[in-house]
Amino acid sequence: MIPSREGPDMKYLDEFRDVAMAQKLVRQIHHRASRTWTLMEMCGGQTHAIMKAGLDDLLSPCIRLVHGPGCPVCVTPMHVVDEALDLASRPGLIFASFGDMLRVPGSHGDLRGVKAAGGDVRVVYCPLEAVKMAIQNPSLEVVFFSIGFETTAPATALAVRQAQQAGIHNFSLLVSHVLVPPAIETLLADPDCTIQGFLAAGHVCAVMGCTEYVPIADRFRVPIVVTGFEPLDLLQGILMAVTQLEANHGQVEIQYSRVVRQDGNAAARSLMGSVFERISANWRGLGEIPASGLGLRAEFSAFDARKKFGLQKFADLDPVECISGLILRGLRKPVECPCFGASCTPEFPLGATMVSEEGACAAYYRYRTPSTSIPQPLP
Amino acid sequence: MNRSHPTFSCPIPIVHHERILMAHGGGGRLMHQLIESVFLRPFGNPVLNAAHDSAQFLPPKGRLAFTTDSYVVNPIFFPGGDIGSLSVHGTVNDLAMSGARPICLSCAFVIEEGLSMETLSRVAHSLAQAAASCGVPVVTGDTKVVERGKCDSIFINTSGIGIMEHSLSISPQGIRPGDAILLSGDLGRHGMAVMALREGLQFESTIESDSAPVHEPVLAMIQAGVSIHCLRDLTRSGLSAALNELAEASGLALQVEESLIPVNEDVHSACELLGLDPLCVANEGRFIAFIPAAESEMALNVLRSFQVSANAVCIGKVMNSGDPAVLIKSRMGSIRLLDMPSGEQLPRIC
Repeated sequence: MIPSREGPDMKYLDEFRDVAMAQKLVRQIHHRASRTWTLMEMCGGQTHAIMKAGLDDLLSPCIRLVHGPGCPVCVTPMHVVDEALDLASRPGLIFASFGDMLRVPGSHGDLRGVKAAGGDVRVVYCPLEAVKMAIQNPSLEVVFFSIGFETTAPATALAVRQAQQAGIHNFSLLVSHVLVPPAIETLLADPDCTIQGFLAAGHVCAVMGCTEYVPIADRFRVPIVVTGFEPLDLLQGILMAVTQLEANHGQVEIQYSRVVRQDGNAAARSLMGSVFERISANWRGLGEIPASGLGLRAEFSAFDARKKFGLQKFADLDPVECISGLILRGLRKPVECPCFGASCTPEFPLGATMVSEEGACAAYYRYRTPSTSIPQPLP
Repeated sequence: MNRSHPTFSCPIPIVHHERILMAHGGGGRLMHQLIESVFLRPFGNPVLNAAHDSAQFLPPKGRLAFTTDSYVVNPIFFPGGDIGSLSVHGTVNDLAMSGARPICLSCAFVIEEGLSMETLSRVAHSLAQAAASCGVPVVTGDTKVVERGKCDSIFINTSGIGIMEHSLSISPQGIRPGDAILLSGDLGRHGMAVMALREGLQFESTIESDSAPVHEPVLAMIQAGVSIHCLRDLTRSGLSAALNELAEASGLALQVEESLIPVNEDVHSACELLGLDPLCVANEGRFIAFIPAAESEMALNVLRSFQVSANAVCIGKVMNSGDPAVLIKSRMGSIRLLDMPSGEQLPRIC
């Protein structure tokens, strides 16, 4: 049984941003930490919340936060973006995508540019909207850009099942789904790894549950606290991780108990499993990780846009000066990159961690303080 | 409306069309019918009724302010307003940001072929009603019809002339260190009303646009003797963009406090859901005012006496030193830069 945090549940927005409660948690963390602990929050949403509230400053120096590869937009490899640009440029095709993929640069521009040049690129919030588009536009092909972690994959799976049941043949997917636990395992297996504890992404565990993390915590003797996204969630998650570290424990705990159950969402998991299978995947900034992605099962290959449209293979051409790989592995902070805020900005991003608003570099840039706005040389 | 043939006593019976045809923009009889029935009736005033190619009027004494803006909002009807009223409020508010009293407007319609006559009429009436309630006549106009697909239902351009009956120099260069930064009300309602409609989101209560004219509270502040240094309406990209533009133009550092910035709970929830920042969302009836700190209470009292600015608050101040930038003190107490949004806000995946 994975232990859940005890005490009253926190329910809505403002109460998770309560200043007095936050200050109390910060004091408790400072009090409990006998040394500097390096923790990694996995999700870009968590990074964003930390930077927005300035939690990293409040917790310094006893907590060093490094920022994990949990932004699905960031880690989508450039060759997949190039495939998207290729498809979206084709006449007779509607290319449906989550909004924040539109400004992610491929080797030749982004989806916004393709749209401006006449490509039919449409923003959707849910893959089912793309299925609806396919029904409403029978003479056009509709391709959904299917990216994301375990959070978005169930809805994509549902879209595929619905399209199959309705006999829709003009709907397909450009799939680039990735999975969190293999990434954590890869980071921990790195001999240079400095991460001593993880804040796992609460919404991923709401779907998948937490049992996958138990063998990882055991093997590497590392605390993994399944944490939410509001300032108090994060501070509470950090306190739980520090408490474990100080006691020399390394186990899975749930901070985000108002949403996450140990076994997750069985219906969503089974839907995902029926449509997707695990495959090796390439992560922007991290490279190839075995069994870390999802691909369509053979019986759904008719929905595979790569096969349907005979897409060519593109190469990944990330700029050599970009250190996003080091940042995603927790070995560098964004401000330690000489390009940060200089040659690399949200308008002209060089690599993974700046391309999406939720990337670590983008969060640092957006919420920078007057002193972090100046790039600092590498140590 | 510009009319080359001012005779409307057409002997041929009026043919009623339910939808706009290309011929409605062709300069012939149909266009005249359209102008007469849809536009002249609600807009009618002596200057417009003169039916000349340009409006003729005597300028009142004083410095003039002149502005123009185009309106392309989709959907054209939204809770709290529509493209017609918006195209009056936006332009009146641009004039108000100079402390100008609006004296006349022009309006030009670009209409998509196939638009229903009923829709056009509703928009025209709404525009006329908004202008009338602002006390500003529409003195000249234009109508064009474009083929289906060449525009999205209807686009409107309005220009406005206003008169400055004061000797203040209201501009970004007028901002001084120590000035109080006043905000006229809660943020993000227009942007989220439109976005919620586009995305089919429903909340416990409908989010209504804040679209409204703000010239009256501005003129009242001037009347009360408030020495306004600068005004800026918070339209596209919202408060963040406005503050950043003004920091850059004035060369000064501005600091605001997150906890002092009012955001309605529904707007807050919608923004959280869609991954947007209320500080970067568009408003159509909100502005910020830079006022000498000693006069800020007086200014707030004036603002709060008008419904449109009843919830006006002081959200920050102009710093005495520092590089031109906008700083925001978070609820947690940390100070960070409030960045200029990089472009359109795109919904996040998670």
